Amino acid sequence: MKIAITSTGNSPDATLDSRFGRCSYFVIYDTESGSTEFIPNPNKQAMEGAGPASIQLVASKGVEKVVSGEFGAKVKAIFDSLKIQLIIVNDGTMTINKIIEMISKK
Amino acid sequence: MKIAIASGKGGTGKTFVSTNLFAVAEKEALNVTLVDCDAEEPNVNEFLDGKTTSTEIINQHLPVIDKEACVYCGKCRDWCNYNAIICLSENKQIYLIEDLCHDCGACLAACQYHAITEIEKRLGTVTIKAYSNQARIVEARSDIGVYSPVSVIKAALDKVQDTDLILMDSPPGISCPFIATVVPADFIVLVTEPTPFGLNDLKLSVETLEQLEKPFGVVVNRTGLGDERVYDWLEEKQIPLLMKIPFDKNIARIYSQSRLLVREDPSYATRFLDLLKTIEGLCKK
Repeated sequence: MKIAITSTGNSPDATLDSRFGRCSYFVIYDTESGSTEFIPNPNKQAMEGAGPASIQLVASKGVEKVVSGEFGAKVKAIFDSLKIQLIIVNDGTMTINKIIEMISKK
Repeated sequence: MKIAIASGKGGTGKTFVSTNLFAVAEKEALNVTLVDCDAEEPNVNEFLDGKTTSTEIINQHLPVIDKEACVYCGKCRDWCNYNAIICLSENKQIYLIEDLCHDCGACLAACQYHAITEIEKRLGTVTIKAYSNQARIVEARSDIGVYSPVSVIKAALDKVQDTDLILMDSPPGISCPFIATVVPADFIVLVTEPTPFGLNDLKLSVETLEQLEKPFGVVVNRTGLGDERVYDWLEEKQIPLLMKIPFDKNIARIYSQSRLLVREDPSYATRFLDLLKTIEGLCKK
């Protein structure tokens, strides 16, 4: 299963980016292979619609879950109908490594 | 001449200045229209009433995607400049985010499979009221829940091209509704108050107007309140201080009773007429 995590930087030591649509990087973590892919978010500075454009990005990667600090109103309903689960982490100091570790335990 | 009355901070006195300017212009028998561009909460009608001559419903087009005809190629999404369409080719899903649609028609042009048609969605109304022979009031009113009032504001401004003097009561802030109001203006009156909040938001408005290369001046309302920083800043930036209105219980009372100061106090009728003339002078420069 693939999981998207919003990240402030392009390494596993970076912390979680608390915003979904305008995060700095998306990490695509594959629970089966354990591989991670860091994708710079092209929608970070979008005038409008950063959320929907970011859904387009992560959904086309085939993720089933998304981990972030916050999701905007426009995106929640669409994620719902795509049957992509949203996981909210309130701790902005948590690293990508730590999040992956927590997901892997489940 | 088109004058926008704007402010960064809300509640500084935009409508107060707009309605009083309108009243003095009307008394001078000028061909004047006051446009209430604060479409999300228009309130000019609290102070000035008139005989409604027309009410027009403002709509926008919204694409409808026929999922039977759609091949999920994603071209409409690629053409959409506003990220209003999500299309997932792999799992054959397509979504429209209505609020983001700007009614540009690009998706309609992009689709080669005749899968996109359009419907109309109501955004609000534009009401025109005759105040007197020479004076009109135009109200832009956005429906509750509509994402952006810009289309309704633009529709209202389209109606008033034939007037000599157009006063536009702007929405607060410096986002799209403000831009839509000030872009057509020849001059912008920024109303502020001498408080740290007033000054902070005044600076934001000035920065925006400088980028738009628009001439502007400042009216300081409720003088005596706050501190001197706004005056120091105006002097430093060499921004014209057009008028000072004191923090006065009587003015507040008159306003709170939906009355117009220029009709209650002749000295203010003179001062507001002077303000209008000052602006006219600055426009001609």
